[in-house]
Amino acid sequence: MGAELTDKILDKKIVQRVAKLSSLAVKEDELAIYAADLGGIINWMEQLNGVDITDVQPMVGTEIAQLRLREDVVTDGDCKEDVLSNAPERIADFYAVPKVVE
Amino acid sequence: MLTGMKITEAVDGLRQKKFSAEELTKAHVNAINKLNDRINAYITVTADAAIEQAKAADQKLAAGDAPALTGIPLAIKDLFCTKGVKTTAASRILENFVPPYESTVTANLLRDGAVFLGKVNLDEFAMGSGNLNSAFGAVENPWKRQGEDTFLVPGGSSGGSAAAVAAQMAMGATGTDTGGSIRQPAAYCGITGIKPTYGRCSRWGIIAYASSLDQAGPMGKSVEDCAIMLQSMAGFDPKDSTSVDKEVPDYRAACNRSLKGMKVGIPMEYRVPGLSPEIEAVWQQGINWLKEAGCEIVDVSLPHTKHGLATYYIIAPAEASSNLARYDGVRYGRRVDGASLDELYANTRGAGFGDEVKRRILMGTYVLSAGYYDAYYLRAQKVRKLINQDFMNVFDKVDVLLTPTAPTAAFAKGENQEDPVQMYLNDIFTVPASMAGVPGLALPAGLSSQGLPLGLQLLGRPFGEETLFAVGSAMEKAANFTHKPTLRAGGSL
Amino acid sequence: MSYMIEGSTGAWEVVIGLEVHAQVISKAKLFSGASAHFGADPNTHVSLVDAAFPGMLPVLNRECVDQAIRTGLGLNAKINLMSRFDRKNYFYADLPQGYQISQFEFPIVGEGSIEIELEDGSVKNIGITRLHLEQDAGKSIHDLTPKDTVVDLNRSGVALMEIVSEPDMRSPEEAGAYLRKIRAIVRYLGTCDGNMEEGSMRADVNVSVRKPGEDYRTRCELKNINSIRYVMQAIEIEAKRHIEIYENGGEVDQETRLFDVARGETRTMRSKENAHDYRYFPDPDLLPLIVEQSHVDHLKSTLAELPDDKRNRFQSEYGLPRYDANVLVAEQDVANFFEKVAKNRDGRMASNWVTGELFAVLNKQGLTIHESPISADALGSLLDLIADNTINGKIAKEVFEDMVETGDMPGDIVERKGLKQVTDTGAIEKVIAEILAANPDKIAQYKSGKDKLFGFFVGQVMKEMQGKANPAIVNDLLKKQLS
Ligand SMILES: [Mg+2]
Ligand SMILES: [Zn+2]
Repeated sequence: MGAELTDKILDKKIVQRVAKLSSLAVKEDELAIYAADLGGIINWMEQLNGVDITDVQPMVGTEIAQLRLREDVVTDGDCKEDVLSNAPERIADFYAVPKVVE
Repeated sequence: MLTGMKITEAVDGLRQKKFSAEELTKAHVNAINKLNDRINAYITVTADAAIEQAKAADQKLAAGDAPALTGIPLAIKDLFCTKGVKTTAASRILENFVPPYESTVTANLLRDGAVFLGKVNLDEFAMGSGNLNSAFGAVENPWKRQGEDTFLVPGGSSGGSAAAVAAQMAMGATGTDTGGSIRQPAAYCGITGIKPTYGRCSRWGIIAYASSLDQAGPMGKSVEDCAIMLQSMAGFDPKDSTSVDKEVPDYRAACNRSLKGMKVGIPMEYRVPGLSPEIEAVWQQGINWLKEAGCEIVDVSLPHTKHGLATYYIIAPAEASSNLARYDGVRYGRRVDGASLDELYANTRGAGFGDEVKRRILMGTYVLSAGYYDAYYLRAQKVRKLINQDFMNVFDKVDVLLTPTAPTAAFAKGENQEDPVQMYLNDIFTVPASMAGVPGLALPAGLSSQGLPLGLQLLGRPFGEETLFAVGSAMEKAANFTHKPTLRAGGSL
Repeated sequence: MSYMIEGSTGAWEVVIGLEVHAQVISKAKLFSGASAHFGADPNTHVSLVDAAFPGMLPVLNRECVDQAIRTGLGLNAKINLMSRFDRKNYFYADLPQGYQISQFEFPIVGEGSIEIELEDGSVKNIGITRLHLEQDAGKSIHDLTPKDTVVDLNRSGVALMEIVSEPDMRSPEEAGAYLRKIRAIVRYLGTCDGNMEEGSMRADVNVSVRKPGEDYRTRCELKNINSIRYVMQAIEIEAKRHIEIYENGGEVDQETRLFDVARGETRTMRSKENAHDYRYFPDPDLLPLIVEQSHVDHLKSTLAELPDDKRNRFQSEYGLPRYDANVLVAEQDVANFFEKVAKNRDGRMASNWVTGELFAVLNKQGLTIHESPISADALGSLLDLIADNTINGKIAKEVFEDMVETGDMPGDIVERKGLKQVTDTGAIEKVIAEILAANPDKIAQYKSGKDKLFGFFVGQVMKEMQGKANPAIVNDLLKKQLS
């Protein structure tokens, strides 16, 4: 079931879950602040609940253009040094991150 | 004063050899050196490269083969990737990022001979309306309330662009507008700016905030200056799937078009409760000017416009939460280590992003998350459609809409910031056009009783930029806005 | 006699659905101009789009769309003229954008179905739920250094087709047949090379069990299995795990699991509580994809012949039994080889030689049809020598063996070894006379009713003539002499 817009107050647990999904380290004392801020915004967004959207198609970006396709030609790549130019950590020609255990 | 000129004047002066491009650029570099410590408009100044570009421009001018912007010194919002020049999005997470590529829009300007003075400040990742959310410090509005020295915000997110132009630290600047980020700072800083139709300027190489809304546009000292810049910036780009393959008309020529028979709509929903009488008065003044210029004034209704802001603050953060996922400390940008990859991500992003960016990422993630998508994101997209339909309906009846640009004049640091929703209200007049993707031009129309600029906004049909330039030019003439800010090159500082 | 697993509480049925990721054959990637070619040096086939640099944007590759449509047509599926790209959001080292561009709500290909053939000769329809286009991820390498995982983005952004089946399969055999059929179809169409070992085709397997007649029970997804044999093993192992849990009074948790080939077991990769919340939403960098029906029709008209159609044609055109025709069309190269051999010749004979003698040699030597020591032309001329009575069938086998060894053409071998069939009745009569003269006792037995001895006389004559006598003439003449 979809959420009701009347879930007014965002609790810290929800903020924690969303922070995890967003890969954002949020300190314990910030959780309450974000919960209050986001709760306020969500509350304010409730106004959209009153809009009649029956049979309305969602608008995805511009409706002015049509998707354009590219030909199947190799026009890019072979720019390893550009690709690795800003890497915070590089081993040989790879990006490096802490060991991932699978 | 070379820095006091408009682009139109400088273009002529350069060709008439009244001064060289090198002199023009050096004058602006001097202004930056003098003012930037205080105003903080520039994050990165590329003075040496600019002077080299100016010298090359002089050679081109001497050879007689000089494109439109040859030798014109501009400021580039630090959201446009510039090859070999640090590009930060005003974020710690990109504090050392040097792109190996040039955005299409800035490449177009370079093609047409522009000189880049440096990269100007903004709200981090373009998220904000006051330029207070920059990792490189706030930008000070060059304008002062009469008899005060209070720090006023320049608006945002293109606050550095607006302040640089207003303080004569650049002849013009690039901006980007997602919900008003060109128009609102233009209004706060007493300059002109246009957000073109979505798809008019390529987004390739511009750091994304909300992809379905982001548009680049020029900010300048006059309508015609903006026309000259947009002429160069706009155009089809096969590297951007949302770029529209449509010829770029002669915008400068459009500035001189007659307004006879033009219908101007006044949307009643923009008379929001609590609108300041000063803004209301300027708006009425604008209506009168257009009547005098031969326009027919028509009251129109955009019934869903009042939902623009709430819709915007669902859609933009949702897209942003995804667009900003790439800043993970792996391939570029700042990295904060962690014991595991997950920790590295969380630490990097936790430390690299500022508060407002984090707030919007959390908000965006929330509205897209399981169980909430339909209630928020999908609903917002449908309301967006209704807002769009409102605009299309009124543009059957009128050629252009006239509204205020912002509900207040520039505010002071510390005012209006406690509550994010209060802060978001700054965008109330600019957001609906962004939602519909239609073009909007903001220009200064008068001063508040405290001596701060107040702006008016013209909204046009999709690809109706020429109409905006025509109507804007007429209003500019009528307004004859010649006031100058306190802080500026050759000013009191 | 369907496949059932016997448990302590009775027989259990296995329910299987497959998600196949098939790498699209294209020159460039799905949304960038970098090469999609496999096997380059690390991070060379990577554009700044694939590495998700700030401000980089996707532009869709036309050929990848066409390949997906062709595959959809090959799966007898509905082609959706409006489809859309969505973002699937999650963080991983080899996912540079922090999201995968995929098609969630509106895939380019909708429902379809394919036929699979089973060992017992039965035919079954397996429903196709959908096919959608999406980006591949990069590659994480965990064993290059002790402390780090390193990332190569060469594969990042390569186009994949995800082909999702209905949960219509009921045995490992059916799953295997389904995968082989999918592989044959994409190979015939030239839309994917189907090499599972190289990872250009991978399968996620959804397995559940139930008592006959029940509704579906909880399923588990086994991720990324890269051989048909492993898929079949994994299904059996996973099904038995479920049965054991149920029969011990437990409940199966819906989760994502890994198949550990070495240990012959499956284990948890991600539990339901840790399941991803992918936050799908339409990619705002891309507009909806609109395809014209006329374009679909055009692609259909230029589509390669599909395995089923080829089988039907082989049956009618060459008079082959369905089973044999299926064997021949299982691989396109074999089918092509066969057609070269069979052209203007006896189709059944060609089929027998290809699936008999030739396959035996290929199997023995571990060769593919490409590496066959005997070309289709050479095999064809051998068949011609039989047809025009230059050699008989028995000698042909000898010639064939020589061809395998020497690579010589059959005509040359027949010449060199003097294997030409003898049809001169006088010469044959002479040998018959000798044989009969040497075996008066056998003639008596034959005449007293021991008919079987006729074969003995034929054998003796053939032996005397080193197998080169025309068997029909030998038969004829012997019958006359013995009557
Ligand atoms: Mg899957
Ligand atoms: Zn997939």
